[in-house]
Amino acid sequence: MSDQASQEVPLLEVTELKKYFPIKRGFLKRTVGYVKAVDNLSLFVNERETLGLVGESGCGKTTAGRSILRAIEPTSGKVMFNDPIMGRVNVADLDDQQLRNVRRSMRMIFQDPYASLNPRMTIMEIVGAPLSAMHIAHGKALEDRIAEILLMVGLRPEYMRRYPHAFSGGQRQRIGLARALAPNPKFLVCDEPVSALDVSVQAQILNLLQDLQADLGLTYLFVAHDLSVVAHICDRVAVMYVGKMVELAPTKELFTSPMHPYTEALMSAIPRPDPRPREKRVLLSGEVANPADPPSGCYFHPRCIFAKDICKNEEPVFEEVTPGHYCKCHRARELSLAGAIELMK
Amino acid sequence: MPEQSTLVDIKGLQTYFHLAEGTVRAVDGVDLQIERQRTLGIVGESGCGKSIMSLSMLRLVPPPGKIEEGEILYYKTVKQENGNPSPNLADVINITSLDSNSPVLHDIRGNQISMVFQEPMTAMSPVLTIGKQITEVIEQHQHVSKAEARRQAIEMLGRVKMSRPERVIDDYPFQLSGGMRQRAVIAMALCCRPHLLIADEPTTALDVTTEAQILDLMRNLQAEFGMAILYITHNLGVIAEMAEEVAVMYLGKIVEQTSVKNIFFTPLHPYTRGLLQSIPQLSDAVARHDSKRRLQTIKGMVPDPYARLKGCPFHPRCPEMIADVCDQVEPKVTTPEPDHLVRCHLYS
Repeated sequence: MSDQASQEVPLLEVTELKKYFPIKRGFLKRTVGYVKAVDNLSLFVNERETLGLVGESGCGKTTAGRSILRAIEPTSGKVMFNDPIMGRVNVADLDDQQLRNVRRSMRMIFQDPYASLNPRMTIMEIVGAPLSAMHIAHGKALEDRIAEILLMVGLRPEYMRRYPHAFSGGQRQRIGLARALAPNPKFLVCDEPVSALDVSVQAQILNLLQDLQADLGLTYLFVAHDLSVVAHICDRVAVMYVGKMVELAPTKELFTSPMHPYTEALMSAIPRPDPRPREKRVLLSGEVANPADPPSGCYFHPRCIFAKDICKNEEPVFEEVTPGHYCKCHRARELSLAGAIELMK
Repeated sequence: MPEQSTLVDIKGLQTYFHLAEGTVRAVDGVDLQIERQRTLGIVGESGCGKSIMSLSMLRLVPPPGKIEEGEILYYKTVKQENGNPSPNLADVINITSLDSNSPVLHDIRGNQISMVFQEPMTAMSPVLTIGKQITEVIEQHQHVSKAEARRQAIEMLGRVKMSRPERVIDDYPFQLSGGMRQRAVIAMALCCRPHLLIADEPTTALDVTTEAQILDLMRNLQAEFGMAILYITHNLGVIAEMAEEVAVMYLGKIVEQTSVKNIFFTPLHPYTRGLLQSIPQLSDAVARHDSKRRLQTIKGMVPDPYARLKGCPFHPRCPEMIADVCDQVEPKVTTPEPDHLVRCHLYS
């Protein structure tokens, strides 16, 4: 991380974000409980940085990304963002008109290249839609801008009159990227953008994301479950479990000296492209906790081999254990967990 | 003449799809042998033909696909009392020549050769309980009472480490998590102790910690049942964990085949090398510098499946293409090292 980071105000600062989905039962649809999809999430992202948000299905990472953009309405919390036009604003508080403005600068790319493009729109209509909806460009200027963005993402401008079905998965992700970049944003939520792609295509798209970040000064929130991809592209990584952040650290530090047992288990579980037998393997028992009915105390305690009584009774605090390295675990200071190097042996 | 150790022998398989726009040669001349009790991995990206090849083995290719040429020979042995296969050859069955209604084919599917598919939700009927779906398989292949079939189903669910099998057996698929559904599908595939399990991307839709559990489970069951596994995936990490022997496919053909160690440490085909280089590795994070490094990529894309390229199908993307050779003449399979096949002009 650059030295400037401590002097700059972060581009995005999320404080105690919550997204609860009510569970309704019965004829009168009474609320009987909540699925706490995102539960008190706090993070910050500096300009030109890539923050990774990792965790398994149901941990709340996708919901977190969408709540930050207000694609779904957060239940509570603050999302401070440095908008180039409006200045520093709380995205969670904006009215409709202000929200339309901020959507020029905060954009999203999606996981499924087959579901995220309207099959009845041409590429020109897809990429041009944000520009015409936001009254940024029309007519010839619009076409020129579309051609410019398509070239930036590695597609030929002549393709703009074709429909999505004519393109492969990797090309479709490029189209989705073009659509996100059309209004010249500052911040991009990348929601599992390469998980559905073949290995060789994945590499191309990851390189493209890095190149665009350097050329356009973009900031990314990179949501993913593949730790190898995250290790490659992210500057810092946050690990989520059942709606809560359990660890946050610079990438290298997270992978060499993790503090949370769940992080260690995640790293250990990754199939490694190396056929030599591994000595140490952490295999978790049981299933991921249910966000509608989570365990008491620390949500991870039923699956944790290091759990003590306090873990069952008291929820741990998310605190800075060493400079820049945060962890939500009662035993963070005592445990010495295996990092990626040891797990690779 | 293949040895007794061969379970399935695929010779010159060609499965084509004749469409209005042209012919897609999904499987275009594949020779492959699956050995008893061993795990063979098939690696390839979308469109390489690996799934169609496995469907061909069970004669499940959806129309308009058709097996045009080639033979798939199954070396059937009797099952011993413990359910494991005996080494004594009972019959050689040519799967490709069987009638689609043949009772021999019916006996093979789910009983001799079973399959586990990628999406556990779509592989199971949403309107039947787990128990009904497993007992249905048992009742098709064994003459046992309903009570006995149910008992076997519960036992199998226990074997696949399903928590509380007596309860889960009466649950519907939607009531189970992804990992549990995949265990149920594995239980369904293994309930008749097949000699070969074809697993087509069984863990791609699962979380990494669940995937690790399922892979561990499959290895244990393989040892317990003495069965062979054909493991199909595009994930090289999973291949390293599961396979003993690996075949790499590109555009309907096998381009390299050898032991798993050789594939990772001495890959010969430029496509295999390109694949290995393009994977982001955890070691990247450990050796991290401030400037981000780029991944090596294979330039270009998989061509249009209707396109007919002259010469080697990989040549437009190959960093080591030899002009006037690779773009003119199709390479033949050679064995530059013992037990290491490759289809590339660099080695002929």
